[in-house]
Amino acid sequence: MAQGKGGRAVTHGAATGHAPAQSFLRRHVFSVDHKVIGRQYLDLALVAVVTGMVLSWIMRFHLGWPETPVPGLGKLAPTGAAGGVITPEFYLALMTMHGTIMVFFVLTTAPFAGFGNFFLPIHVGAEDMAFPRINMTSFWVTLAAFLVLVSAFFVGDGPPLSGWTAYAPLSAVGKDAGPGQGVGQTLWAVSIAMFCVAQLLGSLNFIATTLDLRTRGMSLARLPFATWAWFITSVIGLVAFAVLMPACILLILDRVAGTSFFIPAGLVISDRLQPHAGGSPLLWQHLFWFFGHPEVYIAILPGFGIVSQILPVFARKPLLGPRVFIVCLIAIAFLSYTVWGHHMFLSGMNPVSATLFSVPTLVITIPATIICLLWIGTLYGARLRFTTAALFALGFVSVFVSGGISGFFLAQPSTDIYLHGTYFVVAHFHFVMGVAAMFGIFAGTYFWFPKMFGRMMNETLGKWHFWLTFIGVYCVFMPMHYLGLAGNVRRYSAFTDDYLQPLIPLHRFITIAALFTGAVQLIFLFNLIRSRLRGPVAPANPWEATTLEWSTSSPPPHDNFGGHPPVVTHGPNEFGGVGPQDYVMQAEPR
Amino acid sequence: MAELTAVREPSPFGVTSRKLGIWMFIVADAATFAALLFAYGYERVANPDWTRPFSFWPSITNGIVMTVVLLTSSLTIIAAVLAAQAGRKTSALRWLGATMLLGALFAALHLREWIVMIGDGWRPFRNPLGGTPLVGATFFSITGLHLLHVVTGVVVIGVIALGYRRGRFEPGHLETVGLYWHFVDLVWMFVFPLVYLMNMR
Repeated sequence: MAQGKGGRAVTHGAATGHAPAQSFLRRHVFSVDHKVIGRQYLDLALVAVVTGMVLSWIMRFHLGWPETPVPGLGKLAPTGAAGGVITPEFYLALMTMHGTIMVFFVLTTAPFAGFGNFFLPIHVGAEDMAFPRINMTSFWVTLAAFLVLVSAFFVGDGPPLSGWTAYAPLSAVGKDAGPGQGVGQTLWAVSIAMFCVAQLLGSLNFIATTLDLRTRGMSLARLPFATWAWFITSVIGLVAFAVLMPACILLILDRVAGTSFFIPAGLVISDRLQPHAGGSPLLWQHLFWFFGHPEVYIAILPGFGIVSQILPVFARKPLLGPRVFIVCLIAIAFLSYTVWGHHMFLSGMNPVSATLFSVPTLVITIPATIICLLWIGTLYGARLRFTTAALFALGFVSVFVSGGISGFFLAQPSTDIYLHGTYFVVAHFHFVMGVAAMFGIFAGTYFWFPKMFGRMMNETLGKWHFWLTFIGVYCVFMPMHYLGLAGNVRRYSAFTDDYLQPLIPLHRFITIAALFTGAVQLIFLFNLIRSRLRGPVAPANPWEATTLEWSTSSPPPHDNFGGHPPVVTHGPNEFGGVGPQDYVMQAEPR
Repeated sequence: MAELTAVREPSPFGVTSRKLGIWMFIVADAATFAALLFAYGYERVANPDWTRPFSFWPSITNGIVMTVVLLTSSLTIIAAVLAAQAGRKTSALRWLGATMLLGALFAALHLREWIVMIGDGWRPFRNPLGGTPLVGATFFSITGLHLLHVVTGVVVIGVIALGYRRGRFEPGHLETVGLYWHFVDLVWMFVFPLVYLMNMR
């Protein structure tokens, strides 16, 4: 028992132990069990990722064949795409919704909230989160935020046009700024403010659980790498979302209460002088990117953790430099708050500030590079077991490095000023945070599916899924670097009548590759559903891994360890021993 | 719970999850207020026609009284926590009541200030002195969020006091809400100089 100040005994945990619920609703829908909530987050992310991907297909189709009607779209969106041909405004609406859904409701909810909720309490040896009811609230607020966002498709003039970054004053002045800038943009701001609240509650819960609910022997140094990553991600999220939320509230005030936080004087939009004065569009960019840059680490750090946990299992070697890995995570978390201005080199910001933001941006590549080297060092001399999970972890390293290298060019104002408005940036962030985080999600799914559902996934289908996806994403995003270098501007809906026309064949290639890569995901969906129903029953520890989730049954019982909290005697990284068993589990008696 | 706690690692900060949770909330809330104050400073510098609405009498004087009231309420909640930890239940409840009264007094003084300003023509989108409308926008949003925290605090202290009287809550709950209350107080120590004193004519 821990001792508080003055020798008073300190009890941990406010009511974490709860009896299994009885009714169907309490058990499967309004459950406070972290495992159910984790699965709900992953289900939400699955719905969101399908929605976001379909939106990107429509955009890609239009970019390749701007004058060809998209089959069936004319009926779905009679105003935005009369006869199936997309208007420039509708293209921007699709882009906004694609970005918002993917960044917030897929890349944040799946690797962080989804897997984190399911496995963080098990990793630390707890029976649930520190605050189970707050945990449930946080999921339902996230779901409500998603519904509010998607409802923008069905009300007023449709979804907003100002991108997932909602740049002011376009996002702040209301319906004069175009279709969707009325009700749609307000719904966007409300949805994101709600999402912030949900993720703040989630982060708070993760931090309290990691620090206070660790089972006996689970010192901080023995925490599994994925849990370290979720913990550091929560620390980032706790401040980042707390800044985006008031920014969204100020945006809502500008839109509905007539204030002028982000709107300057003398702005004429749609031939109408806007009744605002004194505000600064740059202020929105500062507040947004103060959240926005940490957000990309919120999306990618869980992937770092998942890969660092998976690679040693299949390399049968300990992760190289486990403490270095954790120090690098902390360094990234700290530096992530100092670099937001590199998104604003083109904004008219003082060039001195641009230099000041450029330096930490280059410095933050150092811990990220060290982590990549640790992964490669772990693989050196290993006899890899090429399971699907291992393949996706290796794929993660590949796409993260591919996307990271273009970051060096974008970190410097001199090159960024040319590249920033082009497809070079689209390629960069899709590789480094989009595809890389997706590969982290896939790796986590193939790795943890047996534990979550008690059944194995089909490895043959998994390997097909990996290789086709791996080739597909390179075909989609690698050519975009060349488009960008050739000066192809982003956010434009078509390039039919200017100097960019010679690039249209390349756009068509990318479109075909994107449709192909999307279709390949049907293999994953099929595998997911079939394995859930018919997969072979999973043993407790199919991968011969060390962490606590593999010491309990598949799937784990209601309180995770069947009333016997484990006692931890080893670190998570003990692979490569000699003898019949080449690994030591964390809860193995000494 | 006792047998469960015995199998846990000690918390690195030696505090309960509940107390750790409220500290995390305070960190996040501090970032929220910091963002608003940053926005305020940014707009203030960006607008050369910034106007200063407050004179020493009555606004600043009123603000000083509000500051004293809020600081005193921090003292009374400390007294409540100490009394609860020493097991003096009635005394703790009295101090909680005093804290709620002081919080309500602060809110009433603040609302009176708001009503006077609205009567003078101040709006989030209008400046009756002819300068930038952002004076009203920043004043109402920052003090409004703080006022919301004060009112929420008074309600929560009331709920905790009721539960404590019925034996559902322990002294730890009082300490937790006390931390929140001190934080609300601390925010005011930034809001008062930055929003009031810097805008004195």
